[in-house]
Parts: sequence; structure tokens; C-alpha cells
Amino acid sequence: MPVVKDAVCSLCGSLCDDITVTVEDNKITKIENACILGHSKFVGMLEHDRIETPMIRKDGELVPVSYEEAIEAAAKILVNSRRTLSYGWCSTSCETVSGAIQLAEETGSVIDSTANVCHGPTALAAQEKGAPSATLGEIKNRADVIIFWGCNPVHAHPRHMVRYSSFSKGLFTEKGRKGRKMIVVDVRKTDTAKLADSYVEIEQGSDLLLVTALRSIVNGHEDVIPETVAGVPKAEVIALAETLKNAKFVCIFFGMGVTQSRSKYKNGDAMSSLISDLNQHTKAVMIGMRGHYNVTGFGQVATWETGFPMAIDFARGYPYYNPGETGANDLLVREEPDAAIIAAADAGAHFPQKAVRHLARIPVIQIDPYPNPTTEIADVVFPAAVVGIEAEGTAYRMDAISLRMKKLIESKFKTDEEIVKDLTAKIRELKRGA
Amino acid sequence: MSEILIKNANVCDPAQGINCETMDICIKDGKIVESVSANAKVIDAEGRLTMAGGFDGHTHSAGKINVGRFINPNDARKNLVPGLSGQVARTEKTRAQVGYNTPNTYAIGYRYAKLGYTTICEAAIPLLAARHTHEEFKEIPILDKMGLSLFGSNWQVMEYIRDKEPEKLAAYVAWGLRASRGYGVKIVNPGGGEAWGWGKNVSGLYDPVPNFDVTPAEILMGLAEVNERLQLPHSVHVHCNNLGKPGNYATTIETMKLFEKVKPSRDRQALHVTHVQFNAYAGTSWRDFETGAPMVADYVNGADHMTFDLGQVIFGPAVTMTADGPVEYANARMLHEKWSNQDIELEDASGVVPLFYSPKSFVNAVQWAIGLELALLVKDPWKIMFTTDSPNGGSFVNYPEAFTYLMSAKRREEVISGFSKMALDRMVLPGIDRELDFYELAVMTRSTQSKMYSRPEKGNLKAGSDADIAIYDILPGQIDPSIEYAKVKKAFSGAAYTLKDGEIVVKNGEIEATPKGKIYWVNAKVPSAIDSAMQKDIDVKFKKYYTVSKANYMVEDMYLQKPVEIATEGVF
Repeated sequence: MPVVKDAVCSLCGSLCDDITVTVEDNKITKIENACILGHSKFVGMLEHDRIETPMIRKDGELVPVSYEEAIEAAAKILVNSRRTLSYGWCSTSCETVSGAIQLAEETGSVIDSTANVCHGPTALAAQEKGAPSATLGEIKNRADVIIFWGCNPVHAHPRHMVRYSSFSKGLFTEKGRKGRKMIVVDVRKTDTAKLADSYVEIEQGSDLLLVTALRSIVNGHEDVIPETVAGVPKAEVIALAETLKNAKFVCIFFGMGVTQSRSKYKNGDAMSSLISDLNQHTKAVMIGMRGHYNVTGFGQVATWETGFPMAIDFARGYPYYNPGETGANDLLVREEPDAAIIAAADAGAHFPQKAVRHLARIPVIQIDPYPNPTTEIADVVFPAAVVGIEAEGTAYRMDAISLRMKKLIESKFKTDEEIVKDLTAKIRELKRGA
Repeated sequence: MSEILIKNANVCDPAQGINCETMDICIKDGKIVESVSANAKVIDAEGRLTMAGGFDGHTHSAGKINVGRFINPNDARKNLVPGLSGQVARTEKTRAQVGYNTPNTYAIGYRYAKLGYTTICEAAIPLLAARHTHEEFKEIPILDKMGLSLFGSNWQVMEYIRDKEPEKLAAYVAWGLRASRGYGVKIVNPGGGEAWGWGKNVSGLYDPVPNFDVTPAEILMGLAEVNERLQLPHSVHVHCNNLGKPGNYATTIETMKLFEKVKPSRDRQALHVTHVQFNAYAGTSWRDFETGAPMVADYVNGADHMTFDLGQVIFGPAVTMTADGPVEYANARMLHEKWSNQDIELEDASGVVPLFYSPKSFVNAVQWAIGLELALLVKDPWKIMFTTDSPNGGSFVNYPEAFTYLMSAKRREEVISGFSKMALDRMVLPGIDRELDFYELAVMTRSTQSKMYSRPEKGNLKAGSDADIAIYDILPGQIDPSIEYAKVKKAFSGAAYTLKDGEIVVKNGEIEATPKGKIYWVNAKVPSAIDSAMQKDIDVKFKKYYTVSKANYMVEDMYLQKPVEIATEGVF
């Protein structure tokens, strides 16, 4: 029976690449090394309902059609659209993203990723102050102080702490967890916080205050700190700053608690400044805890192909970028798109009501292996092979290292990459015909 | 079978000693040949200047440049060199384009081709992140590409050097080139990348690397030895210690001297020192900063074992990007600029910082002068490769502007007239009246590259060479570049024709076709016993220290577009 070693898990941004998968009769029968989330994804193939066939909505009901019919219907929607929103593309391969960008370019669409409701502010922060970072192995081998800020890897990135951070052992960190100080900054005592040496509970939405206070102390201005900052006593803030300054190597991992709470990108901006200031005393880096396994890849591919990581508007023929104006939700809330293509992400579940309401009013094309709330408002639905299990391709880990995902089993479904290619070809054909 | 006859070409091809002579060039199936049949398609060059396709031997065009794009979305809209920068809508032939210093991949291909360039060498590929570089290569149209892999702060390299295991080191370098599909050995601030892992740096050739008990000098010599043992097509490619610091010219000369004892295994240099402008600074601080170019040029004039490139500065915005992590942090602090950093586990560091070179800043003015001083004070152009270390010194789209500085003392005077007296006191450029001719320019932009990378089919117009050809709208006998520099700049900014493998890709400065280019990579053979012994050592590295498995580390074949494997035989 074939045993595939070093398979890459296509679930979260940790992109663990040490999974051993046993395949019998084109079925995955054993998965080793994966966490509970990854395991569920690998076995999900068997346990969850799939979208079984391409579908088109007729008289309010989704009815099965062939891929060809669905391609034809989707192409017509896009050709007749004057303002298409292309959204998602984060639980899929870079090769698909590349095709989706070309499709957006040729149809003058706006293309955006799930970063719009996730780490988009992280990109804005980097554009303000830069992204002082490192690969995860640097943390494994060197870091003696690790902060998890507004993130909860125990549940969101279960193997992160073992493979890359708190519990990992490396050349200069032989003692692993014992030799490290682990700090959690959050608004509630998460399961990650329970494992920490110190837990700093802050008032919701006050991250910027604490980061700014830390900067002040690191830069020698302890005197300006009020008695409490973000609900944390001054002495505790000073102690935290001293811990950071006296470390050999600091890494701040940050999540959506930082990017999507009050002050948004300003939090990341200040954190980047804090990292820069800390490097006057020690070595410090920061890494965003990216969620979808290839949301980092979308940003990478979009950046080299269009110059921008997200929210790219091709209406002018060239890429135009103005997040706040050209983000997926910006457009939807303005009720601007007259059609949407949503792939490898679930806007129906994750967007604000007003945005979803507009999506429900316009023709929506969906590409996804599984039905989800977006399916309920979709007019053309393409089932797709699961990338990383039924299709190969490239993905980027949260630290921007790219890995090749393997195809482990055969699938009757087309891949995202093929669907996008077919759709682009059909649109070209229709345009030529016109 | 396609045939082209280029008639009435005014050929400047230093590899053959041809200096602006009118002749015909025959092309068949993408190669230059002695003759073609009467059916050949005819291009009438009408006596215009014709050179081999340009070859940029040190440019940051894939990989790290993406960080530059990412943190500088403002660059996308910059259109400082109309026709070669800014936002351009898609056409039937071309993808949409943006950018100036950090253009998108498509723009990089189109714009180099417009300049008559057909080959580029990416200056720094981190082994662990090599797949990313090749992904970008795939999306850069037209150009042939190669890249240099980083070895200068690599744990395995330093350990083998410390433990005096040159054979295993050679096997490791061969493996690293195979893993990253690299073309040569790049060493950036040897040892400095590892020191930067702790927020520190090394201060010179003999400052030991923390925890590894080797010195930068030992890293350089160790890698040079295996580079020659493996008979690699390129020499080691060195970014010296102390880059960007006043007084660093001494380290640079010391580094060059170190290589006098290295015997090249092929007919090429033993050492290439890159972007020397950034490493030719005299003085002891930014207060008494002044040019160190005369000292460096003086040494280079007496040396015959090395080549170098300029790293010429272009006034205006630039984006610095280098594996020299500590330099970028220092830049960001000094300039109060945004700072990106990406240290690569077990291997190296890197950083990206945007900056602005102003003629009003005396430091920037002197930097600008140093690049030109190096080009003009070093007598033999075969030792020099023209670069701006794009986009560190400035974007490659400014090459035509920079050519006018090299070809016209009058043009230089124009620029210099805007400098402060303090700047003038710190440079020697105003006293230099040398002006390069087209022949010397062709050497620095084509011929040196062909020789130093051992690519005899590139950078020349010999029969058998690739039919990569640029025809510029210049009639060499009827133009005086020292006065008519505006014409020179215009002609070099948009080739009348650029041919890539015999296909017209640019005509009258516009893109005609966008074929895919080749990727060159080096596969150096090593005895299997030595390779196996080395593999055992790196297996430990992967098991204990890397966060990626060995199987997933190697760049797979599917990432290489039109690969050309250059096999070499290691000597053991």
C-alpha cells in the first residue's frame, strides 16, 4: 500500500510538511503526525458531504449540470458584468491564484483575498512601517522569549508551538519550553494563555496603548507611563518591557486580536516600530499567524503579478490599489459589484450582513469542494478537487516559505486551476464571438 | 526552420574585437550562423548600432524584490522614466504593468527587453526560499534567467570550514546549488548573516562569527576553494563585509587581496566583487566621508584575478534589498524609514528598506560619483560589469541615463554643477575626463558578463551564439556621444529591435512578442561516497533544526521553465 511521506497539510498557515499518509484503493486510511484539524481535513474527504456536481440555479433551485454548461453559464455572467468582484482564493494553490489574477485582469474585475477580513491590516501596517520578520526556524533555534498576542494557536494552529515556537528545540534552544519564556497578551484567558509563563490580560481594543507604552519604556521614557495601561498595572508593563529588552531573541506572534480590533492597522504599525526599537537592545522579529493555509501565497503571487497584495482593481486595465475603496467589503457595502466569483473561501459565512445581502442580489459563481453558506446564494456552483489532497500545487507558509503540496488521491472533480483556466478560455471565446 | 538576415548592421562586438563595423548577421533557428538561404526574412539595420543582447549580471528581480513591492505600494504608481515605468494597462500582447524600482514580474521582462537586454542574473537566492525565486522567474517573460545561491552565513558551510572538511563542503555546495537550482555561489557579508541572528554583525575579515569559530576570511577562502574544485562556471560572487560604512574601502581591498592566491579552475576570474560603489568609502564617519574609489581602482588596475560591478547610484527613489540584514536595519534607523527583515533559518539574513538619493545630500552625491569614478579610473573595461545593483542604487530602467554619464564628461559636469562644495571636495570625478565609447560600453554590459559567467553563447555575436541581439537607433559614425548624449539616452531607452533567440521581441521600442526565457542552473558532480557522507550531516540538520523536511526543500523540476542544466565535474 502506498505510504506518502512528507505530505504538506493544507489546513492552516503552519503548513506542516511532515505528514505521513497511507492510501489504499484511492482512499486515505491512515494519517500520521497531523493535528486534529489537519486530520479532520484529510479524512474529511470521506466524512463530509461534497458538492457532488456542477450546479446552476434555475427557478430558485440549484440543479445539476455538466462542467461545460456551468462554465458557459459562468462565462456569460462574467462577460455581461460591468463590475465583477473576485474574492477568496486562499484555500487553494498559487497556480490557481495566478490564473485568477489573469482572469481578473482580462475581465477588468476587482480581486481580493480573505485578508480583507483577516490580516489585511497587517499588510497596511507593513506598508507603513515594514515587516521585520524571520522564518519559523529562526524562532525554533534562537527565541528565548515568545509572545502570542491576540492569537490562540492551541486551537487555531495546533502544532505551531511544538514545531516552531514554545515547545520546539533547536541549536541554541536545546531545553525547549524550559529554556523559554512564553507570554500571552489577550483579552481573555485562552487555552494558549493557560500554557504561558505569564498572561497579560488587556482591555478589549487597547492593544495600541500597550504597544505604545512598551515602546516608551524600551526607549527610556518610563516616566510618561500612567499608573495603568490597557488595564494593566504600570509595574507589570515595565516588567514586560524589561523581559523583552533582556531577551536574547524575541518573537511576537500576532493574530486577528491585533489586526481586527480597535485601531486595526495602527496596532501592527506600532508593533513593527516596537520591534525596530527592541533591536537596539536585543534581536526581535514579528510574525503574523495567518489562518488559511495559502492566504500568504495569495499575497505573494498577487504582489509579484500586480504589485499589490490584495484589493486589486483592474477596471482601468492596470492594477489599482486603494484598500478602503477596493477591498471586497468596501465594494459590497457600496453595492457596487453586479456579479461575483467566490472561490476557496466563504463570504456567505464571514462577511457582514450588508455585504452578504448584496451578494444575494447579484449573480454569484462559486468554486469550492464543500457546500457552505456561500452556496446558498450562488447561481453557478463548481465542485473542485481538494488542493493538497486531490490536487497538487504551491502554498506559502505564514513566514513566506513556499512548499509543494502533493496530490495524494485521484478525484473525479476538476481542480481549481483547471476550472479557472476553462473559464478564462470560454470568456475569451465569447468575447471574440462578440 | 526560421531564418533572418540582419543587413547593414553596425556591429559592436568586443568578444570578436569588432568595433562598429558594418556587416550582416545571419540567424537560423535561434542561433547566429555564418550564412542563411535566400528565403531568410530580412531586417535592414540601416547602419544602426548593433550589439549582442544585454546581460545584467547582478540584479534583484525575483524573490526578495517581492518584499520591496509589498511594503512600497506607492512605487507602483511612480513613473519617473516614461515608457519604462509606471502603470500600463494590459494589451493583447502584454500583461498589465506597474512600478519603477519594484515593477511586477511582467514589467521586468518587457522593460529589460526594451533596453535591449535579454539575460538577467538574480543576485541572491536563499536556498530555503529558492522555490519562490523560481516561481517569479516563471512570470518574467522574454528574458533568460539565472540566480546566485547564498552560502555566506550557512551553518553547514561554516561547520565544514571550521572542521576542515573541504570535500564535504564541496559536496554541500553542489547539493545546495541543485536544491535551489542556482547558478553560482553568492557570499553576502560573510558571517554577518549569522551574527545578525543575534542582532549583531561582524566587523571585518578576521572577526569570528559568534558560536561558529570561523572568520569571514575563512568562509571566503573555504567557499572559493570548493567553487574552483567544482569547476563552477562563475567565480564566487562576493558582497564584502562592512558594506555602506565609511572607511570600508580598506576591507574591500583586503578581500580582493585575499583572493590573489585562488587559482581559477576555468578561464575566468577567481573573484567577482559586487556593487563596489557601496564598498569604496573612505573617511571614518559620515562627517569626513569621502571617496575611496581611487584606492580601489588603483588596486584593481594592478590585479588580474578579479572582476567587479559598479552598483551605480541614480538620483531619486530607490529600494535597497540585500541579504546583509544588519545593513538594512542600520539604514532604517538612520533614515527613519520602514524596515523589513527576513532571516532565513540556518542560512542567512535579509532586509529591505526604501530610500531616496538626493543630489543635495553630500553623501549621496559622493556615492553617485564613486560609481562613475570606479568605472572611469579602472582602465580595463573587461574587469567591469555595469550595474546599479537594481534597485539598490536605482532601477535598471535608468541604465540609458547612466550610460550618458559614462560616455559624456559634459553630461557629468551638468550633474556635478548641482553639487555642494563639500561634496566636490570629497570626490575626484570632476578631474576625470575619460569618456567611454560604444565598444567599452558593450564590454561592460555584455562581454564581461559572458566571460565571467562562462556563457560563451551569450553576450556576443559569434556564429553559434544565441541570436539575442539589440539594434539601437544610433549611427555610430555620425554621433558624438559626449555632446549628443540625449540622443544616446533615447536610443538605449527603446531598442529599434531586440531579438531573443532569433525572434523579434521589441520593435521601435514596443513589445512585439513575449516568448518564455530559459533558466540556467548548475549541476556539479561529486563522488557518491563524499556526497553520502555529506547527506548524513545535513540529515541531522533537517531532523533537528530546519522546519521544512529535506524532501520538500529541493526545488522541483516543474518550477523550471525551459531549464538548461549546466553540468560540471568536481575534482576530488
